[in-house]
Amino acid sequence: MPWLVAISFVAIWEGACRLFGIPEFILPAPSSIAAALVAFRDPIFENALWTLATTAVGFGFAVAIGLLVGLALGASALVYKGVYPVLVAFNSVPKVALVPVFALWFGIGTVPAVLTAFVISVFPIVVNVATGLATLEPEMRDLMLSLGAGRLAILAKAGIPRSMPYFFASLKVALTLAFTGSVIAETVGANHGIGYLMLAASARFQVPLVFAGIAAIATMAVIMYLVCALLERRVAHWAYRSNG
Amino acid sequence: MVVASAMDRARAASVAPKDHSHVELKDVRLDYGDGERRTKAVDRLSLALGRGEFAAVVGPSGCGKSTLMKLVTGLLRPTEGSVCVDGAPARAPIKSVGLAFQNATLMPWRTTLANVMLPLEIVEPHKTKLRRERDAYENRVRGLLRSVGLDEFAGRYPWELSGGMQQRANLCRALVHEPQLLMLDEPFAALDAFTREDLWSVMQGLWLGRRFSAILVTHELREAVFLADYVHAMSSRPGRIVMSRRIELPRPRTLAMTFEPIFVDLIHELRDAISRGQAA
Repeated sequence: MPWLVAISFVAIWEGACRLFGIPEFILPAPSSIAAALVAFRDPIFENALWTLATTAVGFGFAVAIGLLVGLALGASALVYKGVYPVLVAFNSVPKVALVPVFALWFGIGTVPAVLTAFVISVFPIVVNVATGLATLEPEMRDLMLSLGAGRLAILAKAGIPRSMPYFFASLKVALTLAFTGSVIAETVGANHGIGYLMLAASARFQVPLVFAGIAAIATMAVIMYLVCALLERRVAHWAYRSNG
Repeated sequence: MVVASAMDRARAASVAPKDHSHVELKDVRLDYGDGERRTKAVDRLSLALGRGEFAAVVGPSGCGKSTLMKLVTGLLRPTEGSVCVDGAPARAPIKSVGLAFQNATLMPWRTTLANVMLPLEIVEPHKTKLRRERDAYENRVRGLLRSVGLDEFAGRYPWELSGGMQQRANLCRALVHEPQLLMLDEPFAALDAFTREDLWSVMQGLWLGRRFSAILVTHELREAVFLADYVHAMSSRPGRIVMSRRIELPRPRTLAMTFEPIFVDLIHELRDAISRGQAA
């Protein structure tokens, strides 16, 4: 089914470009994008790998730290009240504005890209994990309290398993944000990566190459999404309540 | 001539019969809400439950039945009066209690078997013994599930079970760690009439086999009279006991008994007491 949608989308695009004679530097047809992909496959592959690596590392940190902070927020009402507003304030800062600061601190290259990916994708994870924990059904909590379970046991046996669907939902959002973050960082302060390649290509009006870069990013994002979906099926399949 | 020494007298005093109540509430009042909206959930509530006794508490909606549950399990502290379990003030967690709520609240990420085993992972001494004796415990749990007709569904997830089956699993979970006191808060309220009557028999079977003390909170009078030794009728809010009726029907009781005149009379009696309590 998704294949059908994708193929028809590409077919309509190609048809529209040919039919209306759209110039290549405005909207290239899929055929010329494919040609650019083939012609420039080495630099595209190398830069895509670089972007994938920085995004994955930044995303990995976001997952780890997002989980920890989300746990802290969800487990304690006091921590929630104190820290949450500060987090919201931090998250409201446009990340594009932060990249030059990161570049100043850590120099051009890997670190700003990883940091931006991290900073932009950590918030949804924190929010979802905290919400999942804070909305634990009172009856379940009462049940465990009446059995003598301590806070840690309630968290481990009830809170965390229950929050897993929320966590995986946030991963899907955070993943796309992480790519956004690292590509933005690359366009502003890097000399590697797909963002950098796209910037260079657009400066030379090689628009098919720009779109080839977009296609590369989309492919990487889908691959990482599939990894998350696979993990979700292992851990939180129960949430879908489907039979068989 | 026998001279009782001081030690003998002291020993005699210490083995003097204690209050035999398992659970005792004395003149309990519970306020909730703040400032102007402060209301009494229960007031002048007194109740005693003997060991091995099955007591039912019936009353209209909002009379404080669920508050009673929370008071007995120590999840709420009384504003006035005392709540004692085994002679000591009730404070969560009460040693050896099993709870079953109206909502089965089974963990959807666990199979039925794993759900029923949950208390064994928390309550001592089972918690420490579980790792070594896991197989033995599992067999015991399967036996429990078999006694309520759920042994085939041990590996299924809660959403694959009907409401009645979920409640049966809930009852098993409440009893798996062999508590001495079982608290039931309208456990069958969300079920249809047929399933309900089925589960009365299941509950009776479990009780006859294990003889724990039980407090069943319900609004269904037939259920109360079917299952209980004593039925306590509560007035509307602020709740207090307006009548405690001993039910001397022979056990095991059957559903056919519920239509006999003596049964129906009991129900009328209780219903009258509750209406008077509502008007009061």
